[in-house]
Amino acid sequence: MIRKLGQAGIGAVAELGQLTVFTLHSLVSLFGQRNAGEKLIRAVYEIGVRCVPIVLIVGLFTGLVLGLQLYYVLSNFSSETLLGQAVSLTTILEIGPVFTAIMIVGQAGSALSAELGIQRNAEQIDALQTMRIQSLGFLVSPRLWAALICFPILTAFFDWVAIWGGHLTGVELLGVDHGAYWNRLYDEVTFTHVRDGFIKAISFGFLTTAICAFNGYFTNRLSDVPGARGVSQTTTRAVVYSSIVILASDYIITSFLLQT
Amino acid sequence: MSASKLLIQGLSKQFGDQVILNAIDLEVPLGEHTTLIGRSGIGKSVFLKCIAGLLEADAGTITLDNGDPVPHCSYLFQQNALFDSMTVFDNVALPVRERERVSKSELKDRVTAMLAKLDLENAAAKYPAEISGGMQKRVALARALITQPEIILFDEPTTGLDPERKYSVFDMIRQYRQQFGFTVIMVSHDVPEVFEISDQVAWLDQGKIAFWGSPSELLTNPPSDLKTFLEPKLQSIS
Repeated sequence: MIRKLGQAGIGAVAELGQLTVFTLHSLVSLFGQRNAGEKLIRAVYEIGVRCVPIVLIVGLFTGLVLGLQLYYVLSNFSSETLLGQAVSLTTILEIGPVFTAIMIVGQAGSALSAELGIQRNAEQIDALQTMRIQSLGFLVSPRLWAALICFPILTAFFDWVAIWGGHLTGVELLGVDHGAYWNRLYDEVTFTHVRDGFIKAISFGFLTTAICAFNGYFTNRLSDVPGARGVSQTTTRAVVYSSIVILASDYIITSFLLQT
Repeated sequence: MSASKLLIQGLSKQFGDQVILNAIDLEVPLGEHTTLIGRSGIGKSVFLKCIAGLLEADAGTITLDNGDPVPHCSYLFQQNALFDSMTVFDNVALPVRERERVSKSELKDRVTAMLAKLDLENAAAKYPAEISGGMQKRVALARALITQPEIILFDEPTTGLDPERKYSVFDMIRQYRQQFGFTVIMVSHDVPEVFEISDQVAWLDQGKIAFWGSPSELLTNPPSDLKTFLEPKLQSIS
């Protein structure tokens, strides 16, 4: 029992070390790549542009629900005019970065993991190596850099849509004063809040893309079974681990940001 | 002095406690066709992957007999390993596009010329899934040849092919080896058919090269273990 626990612990630490080396190696690999700009643009399209519809839908409904719930909480204290502030700060600081990251992991992260897993099984990654093409630079690095670009942009888009969603419920449906909604928002939301939201978005983007890529790239080592089931296993693992990492790192980052 | 042989010395590889390659020594003549045969799971593909650098050998060296570094080796995988989301043209262009500084027009000319040499002009815009298995094999060969390698490693190139296609793949390899002059190191299960295109045959058994010689030497004077391995295959042909 103790031996098994010890082995599991050593395995987890070793995998964390491999993930770190893999991520750092991937990050710097872009600089030696030919057509790096072209690859980066394609990756931005895959991670960023393709996720716009889902971020739009989830952002809108999140804002609508937030507007509704917070209105009824605030109305207990006759503070409905604080709705703009409540919706915007909740969205910018917490819900925006977390929900956006989870949505992108669900769409682009799982796709990345599955694609790399299939490429590993089809020996395409080995083929790159025999062609003397750096596989990390070719397959992973553009996605990692694209995530650093796309996560904050999509988070900002989510925030904007959700704040408008809150406005739709609070102002248009429940009758909160239009001026009060926007004035509270302009008065209370500072540069620091926006910066903190972006710090989270960039961190989530970096961590989740690395986890998804790592699981796909090493599907042959990380899954219990070979072939399609192995890819399915590592893709699920990538999404679950990424979601946990988003929430755990959110707590840690928030603690640090509140200290400063 | 130009090199005439690839020297593989003391090549060892084990997975856990299982020794796959046990200090293998082999001299591969450059410009010729060497085929590695052996029982299933004996480590033939491991041997090839160690030469290609896909697996790191535990010990041993691979050099040329004049001391020069080993030239670029291309590798043909059993299942071709073509990028299924890329067209045939892009698959063949990939190593050039990623490794060399060439203009778009030069790239196009080189790829088009290579596709023409392998009778693939009409398949340039197609995806690998849209062409036959034999054509996929030719695309993989075109991709391997476009960087002008001196050595090409073939990992069971006829796996899963019917006898007719098997012979056409062997013909293709013989024909293009004569045309381009590369060295072939091939792993194959197709005994004795593969002997027709091989200059040398090496038999891998229990982690060692247990026999090395020409196909005629192998057929006339095989060691007893190799004879046991060959007999059922020769009988099935006759």
